[in-house]
Amino acid sequence: MAAEELTLSSHIQHHLTNAKMCSTDAGLAFNKACADSGFWTWHVDTLAWSIGLGLIFLWIFRSAAKKSTTGVPGKFQCFIEMIVEFVGDNVRDTYHGNSKLIAPLALTIFVWVFLMNLMDLIPVDFLPAFAGFVGETAFGMDSHDVYMKIVPTTDINMTAALAIGVLILMIGYSIRIKGIGGFIAELTLHPFSSNNKVAMIFLIPCNLLLETIALVAKPFSLALRLFGNLYAGEMIFILIGAIGLMQLPLHFIWAVFHILVIVLQAFVFMMLTIVYLSMASAKDSH
Amino acid sequence: MELVEGLKLIAVALLIGFGAIGTAIGFGNMGGKFLEACARQPELAPSLQVKMFILAGLIDAVAMIGVGIAMFMLFAL
Repeated sequence: MAAEELTLSSHIQHHLTNAKMCSTDAGLAFNKACADSGFWTWHVDTLAWSIGLGLIFLWIFRSAAKKSTTGVPGKFQCFIEMIVEFVGDNVRDTYHGNSKLIAPLALTIFVWVFLMNLMDLIPVDFLPAFAGFVGETAFGMDSHDVYMKIVPTTDINMTAALAIGVLILMIGYSIRIKGIGGFIAELTLHPFSSNNKVAMIFLIPCNLLLETIALVAKPFSLALRLFGNLYAGEMIFILIGAIGLMQLPLHFIWAVFHILVIVLQAFVFMMLTIVYLSMASAKDSH
Repeated sequence: MELVEGLKLIAVALLIGFGAIGTAIGFGNMGGKFLEACARQPELAPSLQVKMFILAGLIDAVAMIGVGIAMFMLFAL
């Protein structure tokens, strides 16, 4: 059956490993053969699930938009309108600039992150066991060599990608509103400034250090907050699943708590994105 | 090797424990002030509640980062 011994920790490790693909000397390789392939190893399960869920989001909202009427709305249209209105109200209250991109961006971030987090509520073994079954019957692999993690946001690569996107937008909006000179001035002349030229020579490195740390800490904390919450949640699901029959009430309790966490984390990611972009578009901050 | 395993477990315990202390104190303070504010001005309760959830996400953040790193260290390192 299994080439390796089926222990608790090997089961947990199996559920925590992404499906990797890399290109080695012998062509495309997968999973264990990728141990030494360095930076260009793709987590194909994260990519597939995140892109698939993004397409589902686009399909749902597009079909709601095409079928929308100005008469009495049906339940589906009402539901979609509630979400759009919720995001729109938050953007209107929080974003003080002038840009048509922010509301659709906020909607995408909220619904996409929520859908990805929602995958965590599917029992941990279901889809990976099905994937193992498909691997055995269709490809003749040992089902223990099939790795799949269905929650893309438990992969730090996914959350970091979202956060890097937000960072690029922050810098882009700053430069667009304030110009390159204004952007550099904001990094070097705040928070310490003086009219004495000599003092400024000493203060500019201090300002640069403080402002760069503040600039980098924002996407860094965005990525790690989402990753930490979801990874810990998934880990606790796996651990509860390993204790036998008592897992059922514990699973229920943790799942109810986790429903709050997944919505909250998607909401917090969206709100912080809006706030950071609002700060970046502010003409005259400090 | 047992020494490394033992130190790893102590590190995980410190990470999760200290994060929990900070989060508990923070939530306690914030929740208390929220309840006071709602008692003084009940009509503000819905909008304050939304802001409270945003703050909850932020207060949780560094503790959750610690928990994420601790879990990762425990099982994948």
